[in-house]
Amino acid sequence: MTVVPMIKHTAAEETLFGIESQNDDVLGSLKASGLPRRCIESWHYTDLRTLLKAVPATTIDPEVGDVAMFTGCNLLEAGDAPAAASDFSDDDAIGKLNASFATKGVELSILGDASGSPFLIPAMVSNGTTHTRNAVEAGNGAQGTVIEHHAAVEGFSTTVTNLSVGDDADITYVISQQTDRASTHLGQINVSIGENAKLTIFILNAGGQLIRQEVNVTVAGEGADFQLRGVNLIGDDQHIDVTMDLHHSVPNTESEEILRNVVVGKGHGIFQGKIRVVQIAQKTDAKMACNTLLLSDDGNFSTKPELEIFADDVLCGHGATFADIEPSYMFYLMSRGIPEREARALLIKGFVDEIVEDINNEALESAMVDVIDSWLDANG
Amino acid sequence: MLEIKNLHARIEEDGTEIIRGLSLSVKQGEVAAIMGPNGSGKSTLSYILAGRDDYEVTEGEILFNGENILEMDPAERAATGVFLAFQYPVEIPGVPTMTFLKTAMNAQRKARGEEELPTPDFIRLVKEAAGQLKIDMNMLKRPLNVGFSGGEKKRAEILQMALLNPQLCVLDETDSGLDIDALKIVSEGVNALRAENRGFLVITHYQRLLEHIVPDKVHVLYKGQIIKSGDKSLALELEANGYNDIITQAA
Repeated sequence: MTVVPMIKHTAAEETLFGIESQNDDVLGSLKASGLPRRCIESWHYTDLRTLLKAVPATTIDPEVGDVAMFTGCNLLEAGDAPAAASDFSDDDAIGKLNASFATKGVELSILGDASGSPFLIPAMVSNGTTHTRNAVEAGNGAQGTVIEHHAAVEGFSTTVTNLSVGDDADITYVISQQTDRASTHLGQINVSIGENAKLTIFILNAGGQLIRQEVNVTVAGEGADFQLRGVNLIGDDQHIDVTMDLHHSVPNTESEEILRNVVVGKGHGIFQGKIRVVQIAQKTDAKMACNTLLLSDDGNFSTKPELEIFADDVLCGHGATFADIEPSYMFYLMSRGIPEREARALLIKGFVDEIVEDINNEALESAMVDVIDSWLDANG
Repeated sequence: MLEIKNLHARIEEDGTEIIRGLSLSVKQGEVAAIMGPNGSGKSTLSYILAGRDDYEVTEGEILFNGENILEMDPAERAATGVFLAFQYPVEIPGVPTMTFLKTAMNAQRKARGEEELPTPDFIRLVKEAAGQLKIDMNMLKRPLNVGFSGGEKKRAEILQMALLNPQLCVLDETDSGLDIDALKIVSEGVNALRAENRGFLVITHYQRLLEHIVPDKVHVLYKGQIIKSGDKSLALELEANGYNDIITQAA
């Protein structure tokens, strides 16, 4: 079957759609619609068709990136990609791209108490296109931490991770995105959380030119607790988008999201947070906060909370703040002899480090703080 | 050591003149108290000394060891030895107190061309000073001033003063919000820092603080000027008779 394109493809789309596909049907539907544009609600702030200027034509086999910053982690090896989903919503461009192209990925099963040393899904580094798909299954009662690292150089990459958290499990999942400033990375994590289980997702975006990380969560078991923490460090001319779609589908569950964003230069950041509470999901307790330090007149951050609540006995709250550095804080620090630049850096660091503490793993926290420090040295 | 000459200053935002021809000097080793009714410009004076940019100096100069500090930013002033103990210490979330102390101490050392303080030495210094002020080390692991009680905040200010080793200490209503016990601890902390090469400017409403920190000189500030100076007996006179007599005499 030949698919007749309904639209004229951009140069980037032509390169992308020319890559050998693993699933012609899925790629065909993308070819027909083209990459998402701003008229598609969930892509309103990230018009991929316009923003994606070029895709590397090469498909070089990626190499495992530097893992030195994660000493003491269990390094996982990529094998054949686990199975992709079979149907996709119309706007699921990341899912479709990944299903079309991913051939490699990590499969991990966490059983029992594995909290000793974190599992590392290492960065797959290439300056071409790289697509990976991971499947992580945490069994009932499992405990552990997983870190997914991204460090492409002038690359175009997609990663889809399907994570299932069993009953009574306690899992922390860290996504550390440090691709270089010429890279595009589109990530998606799809999660289901079982009864009385707790999942904390920590996202650090400290790199990339065009980044979108989607977080799709179903809080599926009673007593489950979902926590999202995000630090977005958005430098000059970077576009960083975190989009969450959270379903509370059973009664008595909790969730909390805290995002801390720092914008400098002409950086552009986005947080879309959708929380859906179905009618039976009574006693849901959901909180969402998005705090941004906007340090430049040319930068901007767009935040869109969306609450769809069909239950009548729930607590759902959201808030967003935008601020420059507080002058009274600056005066206090400087009055102790801390020079202006250092005082600013200390305050910015304080603003984001608060979130890092919620990882609850000292080695990983200090690794994340190191990434933040070097970003501040370069951009603060 | 500190020489303020005919200082005029106003609030930058609305141009209100607060300090109107203030002259004052503090010698090395001297404890000078500044008293005055509400709105006389006491806190403004302390902020101007520390370099807060909400105020604009329109006339006069402030010489510290012969050097005009008005051109310096707050960090530079601190590095030359000026320290302000805030009336309302600022709560700064996310910045652990120990990190702040270390950054400040090392920044000042760096500005003076000294080596960074090795961490074990830093910790030892903090422990010693904290012990004298009855400050729990756990409190110093918390974010700077966040959730500290009024007394803890004031003690933390004196701790900073002890660690930063300034030449001129400006205490802005350090007694406000303190109970008797806390006032004693804070005053003892200040008295322990009295030294021949260090001057103090103690700003207060009440004689009470001056019973604990006994001044060498007392100056009365009213409408942005020093209207009377004397020794410690002046503070007792104010306590007994209020400000009215002196204001009438000066008028």
